[in-house]
Amino acid sequence: MLDAKIPEGPIEDKWDNHRFNMKLVNPANKRKFDVIVVGTGLAGASAAASLAELGYNVKVFTFHDSPRRAHSIAAQGGINGAKNYRNDGDSIYRLFYDTVKGGDYRSREANVYRLAQVSVDIIDQCVAQGVPFAREYGGLLANRSFGGAQVSRTFYARGQTGQQLLLGAYQALAGAIKSGKVTLYNRSDVLDIVTKDGEAKGIIARDMLTGEMHAHSAHAVVLATGGYGNVYYLSTNAMACNVTAAWRAHRKGALFANPCYTQIHPTCIPASDEFQSKLTLMSESLRNDGRIWVPRDRDEARAVADIPEDERYYFLEEKYPAFGNLVPRDVASRNAKTVVDEGRGVGPLKNGVYLDFAAAIARDGEQAVRERYGNLFQMYERITGEDPYHSPMRIYPATHYTMGGLWVDYNLMTTVPGLYALGEANFSDHGANRLGASALMQGLADGYFVLPYTIGDYLAPKLGETALSTDDPVFTEAVKDVDDRARQWTTKKGGTHGVEHYHRELGKIVWEYCGMARNQNGLEKALSEIPALREEFRKNVKVLGSPDGINTMLEKVNRVDDFMEFAELKVRDALHRTESCGGHFREESQTEEGEALRDDENFAYVGAWEWNGPDQEQTLHKEPLEFEYVKLTQRSYK
Amino acid sequence: MSKMLNLKLKIWRQNGPHAQGSFLEVDAHDIPEDASFLEMLDVVNERLIADDVEPVTFGHDCREGICGTCGVMINGQAHGPEKGTATCQLHMRKFNDGDEIVIEPWQATSFPILKDLMVDRRAFDRIVEAGGYISAPTGTAPDANEIPIPKEVADTSMDAAACIGCGACVAACPNSAAQLFTSAKLHHLNTLPQGQPERWKRTEAMVETMEDFFGSCTNHGECHEACPKEISLDFIAFMNKDYVKSKIKNRSLASKR
Amino acid sequence: MTTTARREDTKPARKLPWILEMYRSDVAKKWIMAVSGVILLGYIAAHMLGNMKLYFGAEEINHYGESLRDLGGDLVPRTHLLWIMRIGLTAAFAVHIHAAYSLTRKNLQARGRVRYDEPRQYLAANYASRTMRWSGVIVLLFVVFHLADLTWGWFSDDWVRGDVYANVYNSMDAWPIALIYIAANVALAMHIFHGAWSMFQTLGINNPRYNNARKNFARGIAGLILIGNLSFPLAVQGGLVDLDGHTPGQYNLEYGE
Repeated sequence: MLDAKIPEGPIEDKWDNHRFNMKLVNPANKRKFDVIVVGTGLAGASAAASLAELGYNVKVFTFHDSPRRAHSIAAQGGINGAKNYRNDGDSIYRLFYDTVKGGDYRSREANVYRLAQVSVDIIDQCVAQGVPFAREYGGLLANRSFGGAQVSRTFYARGQTGQQLLLGAYQALAGAIKSGKVTLYNRSDVLDIVTKDGEAKGIIARDMLTGEMHAHSAHAVVLATGGYGNVYYLSTNAMACNVTAAWRAHRKGALFANPCYTQIHPTCIPASDEFQSKLTLMSESLRNDGRIWVPRDRDEARAVADIPEDERYYFLEEKYPAFGNLVPRDVASRNAKTVVDEGRGVGPLKNGVYLDFAAAIARDGEQAVRERYGNLFQMYERITGEDPYHSPMRIYPATHYTMGGLWVDYNLMTTVPGLYALGEANFSDHGANRLGASALMQGLADGYFVLPYTIGDYLAPKLGETALSTDDPVFTEAVKDVDDRARQWTTKKGGTHGVEHYHRELGKIVWEYCGMARNQNGLEKALSEIPALREEFRKNVKVLGSPDGINTMLEKVNRVDDFMEFAELKVRDALHRTESCGGHFREESQTEEGEALRDDENFAYVGAWEWNGPDQEQTLHKEPLEFEYVKLTQRSYK
Repeated sequence: MSKMLNLKLKIWRQNGPHAQGSFLEVDAHDIPEDASFLEMLDVVNERLIADDVEPVTFGHDCREGICGTCGVMINGQAHGPEKGTATCQLHMRKFNDGDEIVIEPWQATSFPILKDLMVDRRAFDRIVEAGGYISAPTGTAPDANEIPIPKEVADTSMDAAACIGCGACVAACPNSAAQLFTSAKLHHLNTLPQGQPERWKRTEAMVETMEDFFGSCTNHGECHEACPKEISLDFIAFMNKDYVKSKIKNRSLASKR
Repeated sequence: MTTTARREDTKPARKLPWILEMYRSDVAKKWIMAVSGVILLGYIAAHMLGNMKLYFGAEEINHYGESLRDLGGDLVPRTHLLWIMRIGLTAAFAVHIHAAYSLTRKNLQARGRVRYDEPRQYLAANYASRTMRWSGVIVLLFVVFHLADLTWGWFSDDWVRGDVYANVYNSMDAWPIALIYIAANVALAMHIFHGAWSMFQTLGINNPRYNNARKNFARGIAGLILIGNLSFPLAVQGGLVDLDGHTPGQYNLEYGE
């Protein structure tokens, strides 16, 4: 059984007690420890900067040209913080409660409570760094209510909150690079994790400019490498987002938890054609003022303006009068899928639903709407060529965030000692569904306020040990393995299709059978199709060019290869979890009203999978979830 | 279904910083007008791969116009013809059937070409490292509302902070100057109360680092026109003022040796 | 991986005196250009206004010339104040040119030898801003010519020291010379147009609210100087200024240095 190492005591005191009980590394001794951080998004950059400030020697890796390009930058809406500045009844306890409830009771209470506690410090920290959050005329911070929350606790910087928070963390990182405490390895693709005697000792990274494989050694390795949403091919993730580092860690012994949990974001721009390379998310804040509807008539052919009010089906408002258009993401997404599957979809491919601002414009004026959403409307117009001030937007759900990830204990350490996972790369805080504006919060919580404390507990007893030499056979062998793996793709002759083709095919299978709704037949079908596709891919994929230099096909083929293995685990996890919960909707398990029906008796656990070798099924380990503070209820947004 | 375009492309190919480059001429037929510019390049690349030709390398990632990774010269304009739009957000409906499109990488001495359309912009990181931050070690922050910031100040700071660091300003500048990038970062931090203690040190260090890599401003305004975030030229003026002030203030700070 | 050369490597170990240290930076050079530009612009405006005396007749303008030499009256030795002004002016001219020269060199270096193949689509840069270097060189050559023509009298046997009126007439009466004056003053006006706008930006005297006013100011001042200065050769060519009833050297009492 998995031990999450949750500290003793009442939930409010757990983190405090734990901080007191953890071993400390003397300030003068911190410089004797090397830490590797992989990824420079919110979690990675904030962790690296904070560790460097403490005095550790940090090596940071990113496959981008600059740390500032990590995909955290694309988050639009905001970041939650239980500041209760609006005097509307918010508190740490309420944020904790909302997060556990929103996650459909599949997260670990102690972690979530700590997240809510440090959410307050994050806002302070970011303001001190110069993040230009939106302000009221009095000069104090503005807030908005976000994604189904009943209180206004979301801080935001126009529609670019992720950008501003990442720039804050990037700037802190830049200062640390200048001071010499952080060494940055940009354009370095981390392709393997190195362990010895079961402990994490370092990584192997490919220099993307020269193709050389380099071994890097450290006392601890921190993965902040994001989620696996690109397994669907079309998602709102950036093109280069991948599961490789996490997957390689899994293959080296780290358990992978809840891979079936995927958040589908309801407000994305529908695909327009076969060549579409990614989907673009429109901030969820649009749902505050936009009304979602489809024509009641499946064969509606009139122009939007000519459809009378009573022939418009405002399906969310009708089904959920209390929350209306602000129901949680999974509920909104699934309902959109339902109406589109019924044949009520709108747009040329009938693959979307309307998000209509006519009422808001009539009520508040075009100017007010422009001020609130101007940049989002502009983005929509740029992409679709349609003007949302005059005709409703078309939206459809798309993969957006992945709640599953490497299993970590309360200290954010994986099952491999010395290997940590932060941010979206771990599984810990969002359960089966993530609340809006909580991803940024979790990434920064892990990086700024959790890891810097917990890593000391692991490192303290290692004082006096030097980091393993990269001449050690575990490193030289790993370098050779990784290099051989890269070279096999380019030496193989006579492929049929490029890597993009196989990725697209994989995405179709996973989206079809393991997307917004899943059932046993489909999942079993996927379990037979994925290995077949993987085999064909490995045999027939065409990779041109040389491995010794910049080769974007080679970069991608390694990633897709890992997705091919990961997809199978994801489907297996979805198949084993016969309940519905949050972002995981099993059609066999629903209420009479079509809501996700949990099975708390049999599935109130974290499903963490252990790698047994390339052709073996993974073994399932369970971490039972105990709820002492939050009462388990059927979620209802009626 | 969307309309299809047939285009003639001239794409710059170059194998490395010191290699000789040349144009690849491609007939790109049946490009859907709803495709983005980069999706058009994806299609071209897939066809090249089918013909066993190595695909064209170009920088790209988020494809939402925020990460700043992408950016090419399109017919002599940084990020192409649509104002306030990064290459990834430019859509093919802005072009006409039969158009010839010339695609080149950013060109500046401090942006060496890595391969084809991909350039090395690390000089921008050096500028930020020189002082583009507020030193606020984790844990030291006072309550977020302790220092009120007038809305106008927060707004102008945000206007500047919107910069995505794509390098279009340098590419569009006849002098390859990075004043718009540098001044945006300075304005973001220098207007905020939290940015005041390090204001003069930051300004001096960032401007001088910028000058180590890039040309000087001759006030053409091309950078602003090319900027996907439409960063204002006014920030350059503020930077000029702050720089000369910084030279005086930093001398008079008693602690400065 | 390619590295980019930075000035740091070549920085002298010992710091230069403050003002020279500052002059090393491009932003400060631009400041110096702006300040010297203001001085030169003031001179040009005064020069044009003074020359308007041409229209009041030979006596007026020749006395005006004389009183410049006699500035300060009996308080200072004759022509001393004028020489001080001349030296100041020359110094302003020299630093203006030196700064322009070194910035241009730097900018060409920053831009690199490789140029975009596709002609740049200029969006904001206008003809005046793009030709500053050329208009500057034309103005410099013109100043030398103008001094040789009217101050030193190299080109004409009729030239008489102090008889401003006749000298101007004799020079500009020849159409090739009038043409030189016209062409050079068009270049000067363009130079002033971009310079006057640019100066505010460089000095950081800007406010988004007055940006339009600054552009109009630049237009106005360049226009006035263009009209004023063009009027002289045109008036001579058009016969508005002539030598009827004028004896060379008529008012030349004790003029000269």
